[in-house]
Amino acid sequence: MTHGTSATARTERSASASKTYAAFLIIGLVLLIVAPAFFYPIFIMKLLCFALFACAFNLLLGYTGLLSFGHATFFGGAAYFTAHVVKEWGFSPELGILVGVVGAALLGLVMGYVAIRRQGIYFAMITLALSQMFFFFCLQAKFTHGEDGIQSVPRGHLFGFIDLNSSTNMYYFVLAVFLIGMVIIWRFINSPFGMILKSIRENEQRAISLGYSVARYKLGAFVMSAALAGLAGGTKALVFQFATLTDVAWQMSGEVILMTLLGGIGTLIGPIFGAGLVVTLQNYLATSQFPVTIVTGIVFMVCVLVFRRGLIGEFYASRLGRKLGFEHRR
Amino acid sequence: MRKTILASLMALLASGTAFAQSASDGKVKIGILNDQSGVYADFGGKSSVEAAKMAVEDFGGKVLGVPVEIVDADHQNKPDVASNIARQWYDTQQVDAIMELTTSSVALAVQAVAKEKKKIDIVTGAATTDLTGKACSPYGFHWAYDTHALAVGTGGALVKQGGDTWFFLTADYAFGYSLEQQTGDFVKANNGKIVGSVRHPLSSQDFSSFLLQAQSSGAKVIGLANAGLDTANAIKQAAEFGITAGGQRLAALLFTLAEVHGLGLQAAQGLTLTEGYYWNLDDKSRDFAKKFFARTKKMPNMIHTGTYSAVMQYLKAIQKAGTDETEAVAKALHEMPVDDFFARGGTVAKNGRMIHDMYLLQVKKPAESKEPWDYFNVLATIPGKDAYMDPAKSGCDLVK
Repeated sequence: MTHGTSATARTERSASASKTYAAFLIIGLVLLIVAPAFFYPIFIMKLLCFALFACAFNLLLGYTGLLSFGHATFFGGAAYFTAHVVKEWGFSPELGILVGVVGAALLGLVMGYVAIRRQGIYFAMITLALSQMFFFFCLQAKFTHGEDGIQSVPRGHLFGFIDLNSSTNMYYFVLAVFLIGMVIIWRFINSPFGMILKSIRENEQRAISLGYSVARYKLGAFVMSAALAGLAGGTKALVFQFATLTDVAWQMSGEVILMTLLGGIGTLIGPIFGAGLVVTLQNYLATSQFPVTIVTGIVFMVCVLVFRRGLIGEFYASRLGRKLGFEHRR
Repeated sequence: MRKTILASLMALLASGTAFAQSASDGKVKIGILNDQSGVYADFGGKSSVEAAKMAVEDFGGKVLGVPVEIVDADHQNKPDVASNIARQWYDTQQVDAIMELTTSSVALAVQAVAKEKKKIDIVTGAATTDLTGKACSPYGFHWAYDTHALAVGTGGALVKQGGDTWFFLTADYAFGYSLEQQTGDFVKANNGKIVGSVRHPLSSQDFSSFLLQAQSSGAKVIGLANAGLDTANAIKQAAEFGITAGGQRLAALLFTLAEVHGLGLQAAQGLTLTEGYYWNLDDKSRDFAKKFFARTKKMPNMIHTGTYSAVMQYLKAIQKAGTDETEAVAKALHEMPVDDFFARGGTVAKNGRMIHDMYLLQVKKPAESKEPWDYFNVLATIPGKDAYMDPAKSGCDLVK
């Protein structure tokens, strides 16, 4: 009997959760659509790019349990690829981004193939080492123009007729890219594939004993995460019209970890808020008297000491969050 | 007489807003955008902001009867942060000009934004000649120095002083190569000889093997084609190896007073470098330096003073144009000679390059230094027209 009630309670809760989810989703969408009227469009575009990047990273850290310290390679690499083909070869923006995504996925395949053979800190160190290799490649390669970067990349016309030089058009294009990315991530983690990834995260040995080829799943997740990071990077290159070394440097890999941790590991939307927080801090502290790096460092320490689940994770776990039907699954 | 009055009246009418004797929005706002917390914080940083404020105060705080305001931001060496702030400043904060712009990726990105939005930018902190080359803008100016001037100064002038055999220690990336190549060209053009070169990875800690190669090459001059910490580390270790004591000269291709101060005279003595300004040059520059020191507790280098000069000249240009409208101010900036304690008899070329004299400097021995910050002997003055690239050869499409 008790068993039955708890089961009903759970179904009821998940039903109410999906209702709240839907409500939040609609509010979020409306906010994003009207946002350019209230905030500076370029700023929100940047925020969306980083949010997508952080969500892609979270796919690996939050849902597969792999801490990569080399995601800047995919983000910055894709930015270089997109910028290069759009500027030098005259590709259209959508093709340019596609090249970025494919390039990032290939880089992910190589890096993942090497790195997934080890676990934990060794995995992180291998990804870091490989991404440093890529950084030095970008530093010296001719097409990246060293520390000058690829500058003045034309935004061009989307599908040949939508002029992306208008910041309104560009904004809705970036929003569309962001939403497509998020839908892919959502579909991915709710698919059987995603379930297996979660089982690997929880207990790798058990997943192996159940007969799953864990290495392939990990590699699949790695490539997927790299490709989505590439989607974010390629889009960012078009927003700012340049690709520079900042995006492939190890600090960028660190920043995306920070964003994900602040927002909440293993929550779908947590990294969006984490990215929002970090990007906003960088932007607004720039004109203030506070040193940016120190403030971000303090925020990080507070997060690790006081709310370890991250902003959204804590919200889900709070009384209000549970009342609304959220469950923190970690 | 009447005819000339009539003609000038016609000209007034024709040029419309240009002579409306007013600033567009009731104030003139100048943005100083640079690295204030990272590796270049000493090179320019907050002190450049202070220099800009001094220029505004010295100008009287007002131009065309409206107040002049300085805003500043720390771009953290991130071009996306810089580009974001620059756009926001130009679009929503009524900023009329952005200046300083340390690091070339940032300078190029912001100059592209300024060009698109038809706004003024004056770069003092970045070195790349691309700013007045293929990335030039009709509203963009490059004020303090560039890699070409540094290469001519150190490469060309030093050979004339007897340093005719060279060995290069080069940072292994594009910036290092271009410095080595440009400097090497001037060494050869002056009948000097390059006996060898070695490349070290960026952010190296250990230069011993490279320095030993340089030492055994027997070259009279060891050229350091790198920047920042790499140069500082190489100089320190060269002092430990007794390279300068052994008669070889070190020449840093991008180094300023601020970094010499960081190293100390003991390690840096004998080092040769090129700057566009030295505070102890004459009374006028000493006077400014003293005032600057009182506010920032350090002596200005060419970036700080260059920023002062750029702000000052910009305000004078607004005064002359009678408006803060971009086209008119850019025209005035191109036409007016630059004559202050930073640039003596400076001119602005069509590609936006401000051409002024550079100085070949040598770091004093600790015993020679008479007062704090008394660091340099001036070895030679390199006339601006020799130091800077011929605008016609710069690759800028504004010069035909």
